[in-house]
Amino acid sequence: MTTPTTDDRPGLIEARPVRHPGRWVALAVIIVLVAMLISSFITNERWGFSKALEIMNQKPVLEGLWKGTIVGTIGSMAIGIVGGVIIAILRLSHNPVLRGVSFVYTWFFRGIPRLVLLAMIGSGVGFLYANLDFGIPFGKQLASLMGLSSDFTFFTLDVNQFSSSLLAGIIGLGLSEAAYMAEIARAGILSVDKGQNEAAAALGMNRGQSMRRIVLPQAMRVIVPPTGNETIAMVKDTSLLSAIPIITELFYQTRAIGTRTLQIMPSFVAVTAWYLLVGSVLMVGQYFLERRFGRGFGTGAPNKRFARPAGAGGA
Amino acid sequence: MSDTTTSEPTSEPTSGPATGTDARSRTGEDQPLVRALNVLKSFHGNEVLKGIDLDVHRGEVVCLLGPSGSGKTTFLRCINQLEEIDGGRIWVDGDLVGFRDDGGQLHHLTDKQVATQRREIGMVFQRFNLFPHMTALQNVMEAPVQVRRVGKKQARARALELLEQVGLGDKPNAYPAQLSGGQQQRVAIARALAMDPKLMLFDEPTSALDPELVGEVLRVMRELADQGMTMIVVTHEMGFARDVADHVVFMDGGVVVEQGKPKDVISNPQHERTQSFLKRMRAEDDEAAADAESLETPDA
Ligand SMILES: Nc1ncnc2c1ncn2[C@@H]1O[C@H](COP(=O)(O)OP(=O)(O)OP(=O)(O)O)[C@@H](O)[C@H]1O
Ligand SMILES: [Mg+2]
Repeated sequence: MTTPTTDDRPGLIEARPVRHPGRWVALAVIIVLVAMLISSFITNERWGFSKALEIMNQKPVLEGLWKGTIVGTIGSMAIGIVGGVIIAILRLSHNPVLRGVSFVYTWFFRGIPRLVLLAMIGSGVGFLYANLDFGIPFGKQLASLMGLSSDFTFFTLDVNQFSSSLLAGIIGLGLSEAAYMAEIARAGILSVDKGQNEAAAALGMNRGQSMRRIVLPQAMRVIVPPTGNETIAMVKDTSLLSAIPIITELFYQTRAIGTRTLQIMPSFVAVTAWYLLVGSVLMVGQYFLERRFGRGFGTGAPNKRFARPAGAGGA
Repeated sequence: MSDTTTSEPTSEPTSGPATGTDARSRTGEDQPLVRALNVLKSFHGNEVLKGIDLDVHRGEVVCLLGPSGSGKTTFLRCINQLEEIDGGRIWVDGDLVGFRDDGGQLHHLTDKQVATQRREIGMVFQRFNLFPHMTALQNVMEAPVQVRRVGKKQARARALELLEQVGLGDKPNAYPAQLSGGQQQRVAIARALAMDPKLMLFDEPTSALDPELVGEVLRVMRELADQGMTMIVVTHEMGFARDVADHVVFMDGGVVVEQGKPKDVISNPQHERTQSFLKRMRAEDDEAAADAESLETPDA
């Protein structure tokens, strides 16, 4: 082997990049396909984009978007995430009764379709329990046993009225979501090294503190990405609220307008556009959340580890 | 039994330079800070600790030596209840560890009581176990703020002081992933010290480190010993054990084979198992030294 002398020390590198002819071919094919699609948008009147834009901005549609889709998603995901974390913690508890409760919950709510669940909440529950009394368990029976006039009921809920409200729908979707979130949260909690729990315990932290301060923040790194997917799925599942039936709901309203005005295709375009828009906003939000919970897990700036938002290039 | 070997927990006291106490009586205030009596522990029928007796006095540094699998880690973990013992008793500062003795009938302590006992004992792990989502400063502040309910400002000042003490005064805002192994372990030591423990447990604190980083961690531990901290250190660093320990305990197969002053146990071991272990350690050290030398003088 010969070692170069100090006289001919190599300088800056000016190497030719590797060529990727395949990329250019793919690009050409895609350009042709997109051009064909755009041309069909322009030439085929039946798409009705301007009509679609009109429908998107109609008041009932906007109301359905706000109440059904946006409020519905936020509400049900809030219930789903909090409920899911609680169920996951129960599932990992040392108490066999709590573990059992968590298992049965997940088994039930994962087992039934959301459409069926919502339809059941909408009509079935009100039929079974016309009024819900909040008081002491078995208060009525106790009162009659003891011959008291009070029946230990503090307030009464009219279930028939409640069960067709948006809140009932949100609770229904939230309860169902909690079952899925529980699995995600459980995977997240289990992904945290058990040395973390031990270090927290050795410092004198109790199990709650260790979970809240040490384990869950780290589990978030694993929990956030699939939760983003769940949220986007929930945006779409709010269209099931019409099963309750709740009619201030995006898909119900657009379709109603479409049928009434015979603008079927534009109404589909309108609703698709709204769902895509909401989904895109969520993807950007997810990107920032992932960055936030990735703190301390890269050696450099935390954001380097994470991919660009999935929607950034395509939307 | 030779004179350095004894299974009697109240063995001859060692003259720790830190404490300066030579004699102690069985009665009175000079009770040991840690007393383990006949500690038994099995994992699924596999008996790992077969009756460990050990006394550690205030200000003493005790080094636990022994081959892999001899139960050193398990014993340390029993002291701060990361493992529950099956038999025997451990007292720390006069309190029975993990149980309440009600006229001979033992009752398990509640989670809260266990947490209270653990506050007084600091632990440093082989793999550091820093909280990766927190900066060095936040790691050190966490327990005082959450557990002792110290004010944030005060905890912060104390944490900065401790980071300074372990030589990391310039890195309070670094996340663990941005620190070298040696730096991480020093943060871990500061984190444990932040709770003002009576006792510090070290489980092979330097064995996950690159050789050139071992020294900085041992230096911090030496300083801690000089300040009079009571320490139980599981280590393979013979130099540290010889220079810093007041008392050396050699474990093998879940029993204490030999214990005494470092110069007796390390330089003049009586028991055959101790001798062969130390010979092996020395051979490894020589090998490492030879490796280091060959690295320093690479052939051109
Ligand atoms: N959680 C556990 N479950 C089952 N067996 C265990 C567990 N922890 C330790 N053991 C076993 O107990 C024995 C002693 O382990 P321990 O970790 O205490 O040894 P050690 O002396 O610390 O060894 P090393 O020097 O390798 O760290 C080993 O045989 C190990 O396999
Ligand atoms: Mg060990």
